[in-house]
Amino acid sequence: MRKLLQASLALGTAALIAGCSGGGTSPATSAPAASEAATSTATSSSAAPAGEGATLTIWTDAEREEAIKGQAERFEEATGADVEVVQKNFEDLRNDFIAQVPTGEGPDITVGAHDWLGALVTAGVVDTVDVGDMAAEFEPVALEAMTYDGQLYALPYSLETVALIQNVDLVGDTAPATWDEMIQMGEASGAERPFVINTGGETGDGYTMYGFQTSFGAPVFVQDESGSYTSEVGMGGEKGQAFAQWLYDNGMKGKGYLSTTVDYDINNELFASGKAAFTVQGPWAIPAYEGVNVKVSPIPSAGGEPAGPFVGVQGFYLSSQSENPLLAQDFLVNYLGTKEGQQSLYDADPRLPALTAIGEEVKSDPIIAGFLESSKNGVPMPNIPEMGAVWDFWNAAEAQIIAGAEPVATWDTMITNLQAELDK
Amino acid sequence: MTGESHSRRWGRMGGGFLVKLLLMGIVNAFGVSVILSAWQAQSWAILGVSVALLAIADWVYFSRRALPLKYLLPGLVFLAIFQVFTLAYTGYVAFTNYGTGHAGSMQQAVDAALIQAEKRLPDSPTYPLAVVRQGDEIGFAITDDGEVRVGTAEEPLSAVEDAAVGDGDVPTAVPGWEVIPRAQLLTDTTLQQLVTSLRVPVSDDAEEGSIRTREGSKGTIYSSSLEWDETGQTLTNTETGVVYSANDRGEFVGDDGSRLPTGWYVNIGADNFVRAVTDPSLAGPLLTVTLWTFVFAIASVVVSFAVGLAFALIYNDPRLRGRKVIRTLLILPYAFPAFMSALLWRGMLNAEFGVVNELFFFGSTIGWLSDPVLARLAVVFVNVWLSYPYWFLVSTGALQALPADTLEAATIDGAGRWRRFQAITLPLLLVATAPLAISSFAFSFNNFTIIYMLTEGGPAFPGNQARLGATDILISAIYKISGVSGGVADYGLASALSIVVFIVIGVISALAFRQTRKLEEYQ
Repeated sequence: MRKLLQASLALGTAALIAGCSGGGTSPATSAPAASEAATSTATSSSAAPAGEGATLTIWTDAEREEAIKGQAERFEEATGADVEVVQKNFEDLRNDFIAQVPTGEGPDITVGAHDWLGALVTAGVVDTVDVGDMAAEFEPVALEAMTYDGQLYALPYSLETVALIQNVDLVGDTAPATWDEMIQMGEASGAERPFVINTGGETGDGYTMYGFQTSFGAPVFVQDESGSYTSEVGMGGEKGQAFAQWLYDNGMKGKGYLSTTVDYDINNELFASGKAAFTVQGPWAIPAYEGVNVKVSPIPSAGGEPAGPFVGVQGFYLSSQSENPLLAQDFLVNYLGTKEGQQSLYDADPRLPALTAIGEEVKSDPIIAGFLESSKNGVPMPNIPEMGAVWDFWNAAEAQIIAGAEPVATWDTMITNLQAELDK
Repeated sequence: MTGESHSRRWGRMGGGFLVKLLLMGIVNAFGVSVILSAWQAQSWAILGVSVALLAIADWVYFSRRALPLKYLLPGLVFLAIFQVFTLAYTGYVAFTNYGTGHAGSMQQAVDAALIQAEKRLPDSPTYPLAVVRQGDEIGFAITDDGEVRVGTAEEPLSAVEDAAVGDGDVPTAVPGWEVIPRAQLLTDTTLQQLVTSLRVPVSDDAEEGSIRTREGSKGTIYSSSLEWDETGQTLTNTETGVVYSANDRGEFVGDDGSRLPTGWYVNIGADNFVRAVTDPSLAGPLLTVTLWTFVFAIASVVVSFAVGLAFALIYNDPRLRGRKVIRTLLILPYAFPAFMSALLWRGMLNAEFGVVNELFFFGSTIGWLSDPVLARLAVVFVNVWLSYPYWFLVSTGALQALPADTLEAATIDGAGRWRRFQAITLPLLLVATAPLAISSFAFSFNNFTIIYMLTEGGPAFPGNQARLGATDILISAIYKISGVSGGVADYGLASALSIVVFIVIGVISALAFRQTRKLEEYQ
């Protein structure tokens, strides 16, 4: 009897506490959506189970959270669905998306960068997107970047690229057209360094340097007629070697304009303090140059051909395992994809807009106009999965050559090792 | 009632049973809520384990027989969840090819291939569309040039009479069909899946493609170049005739040798372990990394122990003034977060702008972080700087606990300063500190923070073999291989290497602990 009493008391306490804690965590979130849906479908003879609300989950980083929430509210009012916006670190989004979508725990939509696309496609976690007739309203480079094997996989919304930034107080506001002209102007200004560029310290930074590389006609991968990247390495051979030689000549054992002692922070410090007349950086570095009178223009050519920097594009990916594909696609195309949606994203976090109409409006800002101008020469950063392997080899070789390694041999070894890695 | 344990008493002595009941109530409540949410998420494995754990907990604490387990159970449960599970899961991944291109199941790879192969016809118009239903069958109604046409998966589009259209020419009423309102469509998950997977052929000719909708109000013509054969488990390209079949590496390979981009993960046996030692592009760099890891870990422990002990001996001398202040200052490096110190040192060791070259080397540009040998020296130096205060603290404590009478006896027997240190102080100190040295070795062996914050493993090996560098230790190499930081991910290989590291540390610790027992003979 005692035992029975003890056991029933234990059970009773457990049930009581479970009840208390369960009340808070039970999925009450879907209730409002469901009731709203029920009232709106009350006229039709609904056979669908009333009370089954749909929830759309969106992953975003902190910068875009507010803008997305604004559109989400509009969407909730119009459709009666629930939108759950989850904030994560931008750097974590890619791997988390790849890891979680196959398990069914992933979101319906995530913010992302276009160079993840190759990895997302090979992981099979993204769905195609159809922007229909709106395609004409986006910058062509933005759609090209989000295209893989002829299919569009994301709704683009912002661009980013690097450009030449000059200190107007030191060198005036004429933009140099060539590397030599720029060095001359820089030397004449009396600044400690005519030019400074981030090499990522010892790591190397092929990304920032890429404009100069393309001016030698040595793209990282060969592009086919449609602009899609092939997996054929384009930076080998004579043109690539010429670029390597140029890196060496201007590197630490040469004229010293390029140096592996300069990382991102040192680069910004040198430019902001007026110790360097020119630099190549992206819009994200502009706040670091507060107080400097800057002009932003396309990167000058070092090898004779036009200098085309990488353009990065950010946009919204759709999960291939979404439970609410219609809802997700609707939110993507008819809310975030509209001019209003894109404008609110721009207002929340001013990046170069992918929608041409907004680009025209914000051109009054000379800095944004400068970066937009630079992006016109640019090519999308390759989104093929092979790119992951490329960065490490490429960056390291550039750093070694700048630090004084034998240029042609180092470059050729890099191409050989890279090709071997790609052929695996 | 005298033999009754506290936890079974009712009234007298504060009601031990009630306290136990309350605690177990909380445990049960937590367990039940985990079980319920596992039930909702349909995670049957977690559900099973939680039910079992809860049942065991209740049995242990309400039974009279399981007395030792009452003490051991909490520890065992945490060990199982946080250690054994992680280890077992890492072990499982080590035998798969989970990584870039092999992330999901085979069915998901098929889904992805079909998604990638289905393309919009270049000249396809966009039609206003409504989803319609007839009993269990759903179909699409589209408006084409003012004419409403209806079709289902089996029946190609055909015109219907007397249909009504509303805003934007979307069909609103179709005789014989029930038009599903958009609000219902958007909130019914099951229906959404049916609608997005529905393809309505435009005509009897399959070449002309089929209508699909992505957001439920517009339809466009798509055609797919791949067909999935459920029974044969093959994908066929209808344009080129290439047949793709699954291979044992988790990929679809065509009969012309081409591969589809999306694969799935499969068990590949001990392949990851074999590859780490046989793949020429991997084995060489990994061997160098392994040797350097040992050098780094041993040097870190030995040098920082020596430095810490030396300071401890000096500042243990009662004749020294201001000992407390100096001791506090010496501990400072230990008080800073390690990653911050490492970042500071990275700046100070910069060849051109760093304060080290500027102040101590007459403004020369010594590449502390770009020369492989100097970079290794720099890493050990910074790690010693970070960890000697630990040994300083430990040694100071141990020195103060030394038996004064033994030392005094030695002095009376005529032992000199060095003799006393060597024969009495050091052995007695080692008894207390040797186990700490072992844990310190294990910690240095896996000291990811300092490597990553100071050099990121660089400078790279010549030709950047395996994308590793001269100061990479095993754990930072695993991090790079895993692809967590971006690039190509190979979780399988990374897990295999993690297991090797675990075994190495386990074996070394076990051997070392056996050795330290010998030291205790001194006491």
